[in-house]
Amino acid sequence: MSKGNQVLEEITSKEYEHGWTVNLETDEAPKGLNEDIVRFISAKKNEPEWLLEWRLKSFRQWQKMTEPKWPNVTYPVINYQDIIYYSAPKQKVKPNSLDEVDPELIKTFEKLGISLTEQKRLTGVAVDAVIDSVSVATTFKEKLSELGIIFCSFSEAVKEHPELVKKYLGSVVPMSDNYFAALNSAVFSDGSFCYIPKGVRCPMELSTYFRINAANTGQFERTLIVADEGSYVSYLEGCTAPMRDENQLHAAVVELYAMKGAEIKYSTVQNWYPGDKEGKGGIYNFVTKRGLCAGDHSKISWTQVETGSAITWKYPSCILKGDYSVGEFYSVAVTNNYQQADTGTKMIHIGKNTRSRIVSKGISAGKSQNSYRGQVHVMKRATNARNHSQCDSLLMGDQCGAHTFPYIDVENNSARIEHEATTSKIGEDQIFYCLQRGIDEESAVALIVNGYAKEVLNQLPMEFAVEAQKLLALTLEGSVG
Amino acid sequence: MLNIKNLQAKIGEKQILNGIDLKVNAGEVHAIMGPNGSGKSTLASVLSGREEYEVTGGEVDFLGKDLLELSPEDRAREGIFMAFQYPVEIPGVSTINFMKTALNQIREYRGQQALDAVSFLQLMKEKMKLVAIDQSLLNRSLNEGFSGGEKKRNEIFQMAMLEPKLAILDETDSGLDIDALRIVANGVNKLRNKNNATIVVTHYQRLLDYIVPDYVHVLYKGKIVKSGTKELALELEAKGYDWIKSEVTVA
Repeated sequence: MSKGNQVLEEITSKEYEHGWTVNLETDEAPKGLNEDIVRFISAKKNEPEWLLEWRLKSFRQWQKMTEPKWPNVTYPVINYQDIIYYSAPKQKVKPNSLDEVDPELIKTFEKLGISLTEQKRLTGVAVDAVIDSVSVATTFKEKLSELGIIFCSFSEAVKEHPELVKKYLGSVVPMSDNYFAALNSAVFSDGSFCYIPKGVRCPMELSTYFRINAANTGQFERTLIVADEGSYVSYLEGCTAPMRDENQLHAAVVELYAMKGAEIKYSTVQNWYPGDKEGKGGIYNFVTKRGLCAGDHSKISWTQVETGSAITWKYPSCILKGDYSVGEFYSVAVTNNYQQADTGTKMIHIGKNTRSRIVSKGISAGKSQNSYRGQVHVMKRATNARNHSQCDSLLMGDQCGAHTFPYIDVENNSARIEHEATTSKIGEDQIFYCLQRGIDEESAVALIVNGYAKEVLNQLPMEFAVEAQKLLALTLEGSVG
Repeated sequence: MLNIKNLQAKIGEKQILNGIDLKVNAGEVHAIMGPNGSGKSTLASVLSGREEYEVTGGEVDFLGKDLLELSPEDRAREGIFMAFQYPVEIPGVSTINFMKTALNQIREYRGQQALDAVSFLQLMKEKMKLVAIDQSLLNRSLNEGFSGGEKKRNEIFQMAMLEPKLAILDETDSGLDIDALRIVANGVNKLRNKNNATIVVTHYQRLLDYIVPDYVHVLYKGKIVKSGTKELALELEAKGYDWIKSEVTVA
């Protein structure tokens, strides 16, 4: 092994615990994108004609669009013809139990610390595991179905509940919304679907673990959650990715639909491969996440902890259409080394007496760039709309950047909008205080950073919060001094 | 326990300590007094390992180890505790969480097992009683929005938790009213025993009414110019620092 490789190996194996690849026999589409590929994907999944038409329409739409250039990030030109748009682990028979699942797959879960068997037995979390775009194991389905809750892979939903998918697919994020949403609409491989019936409170956290696995495979997940009148659901999305040298494109779409009096809580811990210390490799994460508070008194709450990816471009948003509806956005975004993040939210107030709250905590270290971009838009008929935004930035070292781009558009005079922003640095005094108590520097930084992000971490379900805390510490390892 | 020989230190280009000699044995309380700018706080900072200060000469032996070779965190783990003059705020981190992290890292260094939640809570309850501190304070973000008295009391609580061999109290009396002073001093006194030692750095004699020292040293221009018993502190109180200054100038 050459010295350079050895160094790379050392760096990578130390810093990114989840870096490994699993040898699953894949079933891949040829590289590139055209109408035939779209048809190939649709055929692979035995999709109905209407869905193929929808994909093709999206593809044609995408061809007319151009990549957005306004985010505060830079990256080499993406060659969309050099990407494989479909790859699925080969599994001929659908498993009836975990024993029938590919043992390689189970091993992967164990490395991630989410043994399904354990989860099944010990925790109340139903896991819909997505590896290389196709759901391979879904647990707790029976228990959920007793309550009429549908929680399954997107492909399954297309087969079993076409009327629901047809009705809500693209209802919150139209195919023409943006470049990456259009791309996703054309080629999405799989994802999760969730429907909570009227008046049902989902008794457990619904959770999906994503993994990006096959080399050169773009990930195009699609998630659709529909909460019927008066229902409640808390959904967790967490992900890690194996070590890769080439950049991997990820363009997911998440749509949330909340009817009258419904509440959806969506939490994300994102830990995709951020690239190495020199900024080589890493995931490009271009995601469209949006929730529609369609009914009166509905509520959608986004919580995200973003530590991974080379580039993050992501604005989980709320459209507050129903009167008295509430939108929330809690975010911690950490960037280190050469990572770039341009993330934030949009709160669109349409209904009367709508309220929104934004808490954004950015942490920049190394040579990274961290931008908050947020829009609060109060439309004409949104009487008595209220928003409170808190955007904090924490800097570590003097080579990183923190940027805040708040946009406020108010068309109704009764609106009350508050925006607070702070920028701080981890003080030498704070670090020394910790050292003097016997706490080493890395732990001191972890402690201070977790304290800073506490308001957001508190929004996460318990087991996720613990994981998120560890992630923050891991991401910032070696960033002081 | 602590043996300082001819210690010299500077910050930037400014020489502050010009040869300190001091010997502290287990069971003793030493008071370091002196006018502003005499180097009292610098001495405390150098002993605890603050990076901004550069040691330019001399040596410090702590329990058979070369203290100046140790990192700040290892000094703490070896048993040195500093009660800060200006305790730092750490938003979002409770004293409880902070102490748990500190205690377990110190224990790990000493080859001991981490305390489980129950034992930690027990220890905490015991120490809370000892220094008369309320749990509600310990649940709050460390030092954030604390009054001067609360901050100092919290320092003494931390000292009780970590059971140091050598405690350095840096101007612990600054910003305290008489009641707070008494409470803080009481805590310190309760923690005194024949196996540990305390260095009290102070400008005023008043703290020494409550924490009675075995020895008093007067620091002036980076040197200990006079040492004595607690009577020296009283004499200083009566005559003021000008008395020392003139005596030094004459000599």
